[in-house]
Amino acid sequence: MNKLYSHIESIVGNVISVRADQVAYGELAEVTSRYGVSLAETIRLEKDLVYLQVFAGSRGISTGDEVRFLGHPMQVSFSDNLLGRIFDGAGSPRDGGPSLTDNLIAIGGPSVNPFKRIIPREMIRTGIPMIDLFNTLVKSQKLPIFSVSGEPYNQLLARIAMQAEVDLIILGGMGLKYDDYLFFKDSLEEGGSLAKTIMFVHTAADPVVECLQVPDLALAVAERFALKGRNVLVLLTDMTNFADALKEISITQEQVPSNRGYPGDLYSQLASRYEKAVDFDNAGSITTLAVTTMPGDDVTHPIPDNTGYITEGQFYLHGGRIEPFGSLSRLKQLVNGKTREDHRAIMDGMIKLFASYRDTLEKKSMGFQMSAWDKKLLQYGELFESTMMDLSVNSSLEKALDEGWGILASCFEPRETGLRSELIQKFWPKAAGQAETTAAVAAKE
Amino acid sequence: MSQKSGRIVAVNGNMVSIGFQGNVAMNEVAYVLSNGKRLKSEIIRVKGSEAQAQVYEITKGIRIGDEVEFSDEMLSVELGPGLLSQIYDGLQNPLPEIAQQKGFFLESGVYLKALSRTKQWNFSPLAKPGDTLKRGNFIGSVPELNFTHKIMLPFDFFGDWKLLDIVPAGEYCIEDVIAHVQDQRGAKRDVKMMFSWPVKRAVDCYVERLKPEQPMVTKTRIIDTFFPVAKGGTYCIPGPFGAGKTVLQQVTSRNADVDIVILAACGERAGEVVETLKEFPEISDPRTGRSLMERTIIICNTSSMPVASREASVYTAVTMAEYYRQMGLDVLLLADSTSRWAQAMREMSGRLEEIPGEEAFPAYLESVIAAFYERAGNVRLSDGSCGSVTIGGTVSPAGGNFEEPVTQATLKVVGAFHGLSRERSDARKYPAIHPLDSWSKYPGIMPKEVVAYAHTFLERSSEVEAMMKVVGEEGTSLDDYILYLKGEFLDAVYLQQNSFDPVDASVSPERQKFMFHLVLGILGAELGLKNKDDARAWFYELRQAFLDLNGSAESSELYQSSLNTIRGKLAALNPRYGSEAKKMLLKLE
Ligand SMILES: Nc1ncnc2c1ncn2[C@@H]1O[C@H](COP(=O)(O)OP(=O)(O)O)[C@@H](O)[C@H]1O
Ligand SMILES: [Mg+2]
Repeated sequence: MNKLYSHIESIVGNVISVRADQVAYGELAEVTSRYGVSLAETIRLEKDLVYLQVFAGSRGISTGDEVRFLGHPMQVSFSDNLLGRIFDGAGSPRDGGPSLTDNLIAIGGPSVNPFKRIIPREMIRTGIPMIDLFNTLVKSQKLPIFSVSGEPYNQLLARIAMQAEVDLIILGGMGLKYDDYLFFKDSLEEGGSLAKTIMFVHTAADPVVECLQVPDLALAVAERFALKGRNVLVLLTDMTNFADALKEISITQEQVPSNRGYPGDLYSQLASRYEKAVDFDNAGSITTLAVTTMPGDDVTHPIPDNTGYITEGQFYLHGGRIEPFGSLSRLKQLVNGKTREDHRAIMDGMIKLFASYRDTLEKKSMGFQMSAWDKKLLQYGELFESTMMDLSVNSSLEKALDEGWGILASCFEPRETGLRSELIQKFWPKAAGQAETTAAVAAKE
Repeated sequence: MSQKSGRIVAVNGNMVSIGFQGNVAMNEVAYVLSNGKRLKSEIIRVKGSEAQAQVYEITKGIRIGDEVEFSDEMLSVELGPGLLSQIYDGLQNPLPEIAQQKGFFLESGVYLKALSRTKQWNFSPLAKPGDTLKRGNFIGSVPELNFTHKIMLPFDFFGDWKLLDIVPAGEYCIEDVIAHVQDQRGAKRDVKMMFSWPVKRAVDCYVERLKPEQPMVTKTRIIDTFFPVAKGGTYCIPGPFGAGKTVLQQVTSRNADVDIVILAACGERAGEVVETLKEFPEISDPRTGRSLMERTIIICNTSSMPVASREASVYTAVTMAEYYRQMGLDVLLLADSTSRWAQAMREMSGRLEEIPGEEAFPAYLESVIAAFYERAGNVRLSDGSCGSVTIGGTVSPAGGNFEEPVTQATLKVVGAFHGLSRERSDARKYPAIHPLDSWSKYPGIMPKEVVAYAHTFLERSSEVEAMMKVVGEEGTSLDDYILYLKGEFLDAVYLQQNSFDPVDASVSPERQKFMFHLVLGILGAELGLKNKDDARAWFYELRQAFLDLNGSAESSELYQSSLNTIRGKLAALNPRYGSEAKKMLLKLE
């Protein structure tokens, strides 16, 4: 085994080919050029031709360079020694520490038998009302933050990571700006979480092929820790860079693109990563939060579009706030029936009214006369935006619910809210609401 | 084992090329022998002495020169007693048994028998020696959970067969020979309770196909009343992500008025199937009082499972549906999502380097989709009884835009269209079926004219709403404004329905008729409302009472008091009815 080949047949994009036999699909090789040694992965076999994707890219590779097959697919070391360490997309240390070679495990393993999955039951409290009240995060959920560059998505990611009660944080950085990499490192350090964190970071300056390995490395390690009973939070930022790397590579491979240049299997590629989120019966769990920056702020772009079809909802971060429209936690109903009896009603009722408020805003912007009802909606919408949607607020779910009733009572008559009578009887702030409404009306006049 | 042999000559993703000797059939199953495993695959192209196969597993580890074993059989499913309440992957592997043997993960190359070989069934013969039988004819029956499972002459016994002998009533396993038959040329064959059938061939053992005319009640108001589905019909639910396709199918799978429900979780989230497979055993079916799981089969090939078996999964599901239809049962197949199935075809077509059509889908996409939905139908069997397969498929259009190939190809062939809208789901108006865009060609539980009459309120209300966006509320007449409120009211209290409320989640046809009459009594009335503020306030109060009504059981106090409130509020306005409104109300009585 470990045969050496010293003639490269073709170099196209980041893919080289050599004539070799007995190579397995997916097998790893080392390519030695005068710029150093790089890993490469077998991505196609065609008679005696082996096509390899070179991690460090093909720049500078010569037809006379050496290729040595390693006899195994991509692997990563798994042990507690990973804790606190930082690696790159090839799995090599980025922090100056020793490289780890003990207990190597394969990455990109088989998926979990659906029959062995359990129904997620535990809410993850974040202290952010737009999440806890309106789009509850649930243990084992996979959820992206849809955003555009310039928005504080990495800040939001870091804040949730720090506030959520998890045993382990694994950060997968793809095309991460160096500053952002440092930001995560510093925040986790300040929050005292660095020792329970493992990072696999591919920065914008690193070769594009390595970007593709990051989610698989992070998730393979996460899976092992979860099987050992740990509750793991995986942060992936930015999955758009991952998808763009897929696109770049498939185009140089001359694959027929399906939609705006992206390969036809983009959905399956993303799904095989996101579906690693899991709650193992009698063991730990993986919860995945990812960032997806939307090119052109367009949610119908293939990357956010395919992502939305895969993940269990999304937080839509826009203008520094989590937007009520477009944001969704698909697992919320699994947990919000057990929090407080008014949770679901307030969640739906306030959003319905907020939708009416947005309609009224539109009318207003077109210069229409505002009816008494419109005025109520305007008052409501402004209150909702300034209290519920404020990301800097840190309050418990229960406090946020009380606040919700307070806002409703200060703007509307009970019957105008569309809430069930029994809830209104129980939760509608007595008298105070009446007084406030009068006050509010007086203020307007 | 066959004479032919083959070896791997190329690997590209989940497609392999096989150099072979002997005769190879299209869609034949072949096994790649790699690293001590047998990986199942299906031949999808033959050219000269090379064949391409899609592998139903991860192809990592396959090498050039690996041996390939041919099976001589097309991809088939096992049919026989024991399918009900099972959970299979797209190739009919029983997932619970795999979990028991292999634990948390789906290792490749593990294939288990779909039906138990050792379970005994209480067989009663129906046919007598000397009877002439055709394929699909009943020769006996066994009790399977709550059903009388008919044992049929296997579907591949073409021609006429004479029954030579049949075992007496008693306990038998599915592989025991229960009868011998002989054809006109004297050839004899054994008959067992179990047989297999190739999934990509429609089962056609029936006398004739009938028009789908009987409504399949779903207990979802907007469907049963406005956009009904008929038994043996087809419908599709396209919608952007998060619009509520899956929830709608889940609700339908619980409440649908059919004998058997087959769920094909095709290329979407595993978590969603888990909810069904953990909850169904706990929920009792109001029709039978037994657990819902007993009438359900789940085919589960979720998004991270191999893409080629995703392609097969919808066929696996529909073949089982046809099998139970052959017993004279009504079967509902729900596929979520047909787009993932289409994408699986697209991936393979790309690997085959076929000339791509629109959005890189293969040129044959439309005909394949049409052929799939054609497997639905309402049929008369040779003994005069009828059975049906109803197919409902979700579509996940890229970007939520219905102008894409899969949605368009599907719309051409289905009988009802439940289009979900992002606008409605954003505003939490569930189920987010768009009442103006959707349609159905099937008869429902209400008279057609009455439904059309109610629908005009939605249309006119939306016209007024659009106009108000231009001229403002102040520029809208009181009459128009009331029309607008009526449409909004119908939407809020009848079209919208809370799937997570124990009462509102499923509404019987009787209750729908009662409610619809009540709602029409308001839509059709000329109400003496003085001004817009009064009108809005009145409608909001009325809405409140209706929502209370929707959420309360008929026997409850709240139900009675809400009903009294509604009647009182209406009476207080002295409503008058024109001739058309009177006619419609009469029709509902
Ligand atoms: N009928 C409904 N009632 C209440 N909430 C719903 C309903 N339908 C959908 N939802 C909400 O929308 C979310 C997404 O619905 P889902 O059916 O998974 O969407 P899709 O399959 O179209 O992507 C659900 O998790 C739930 O929160
Ligand atoms: Mg869905």
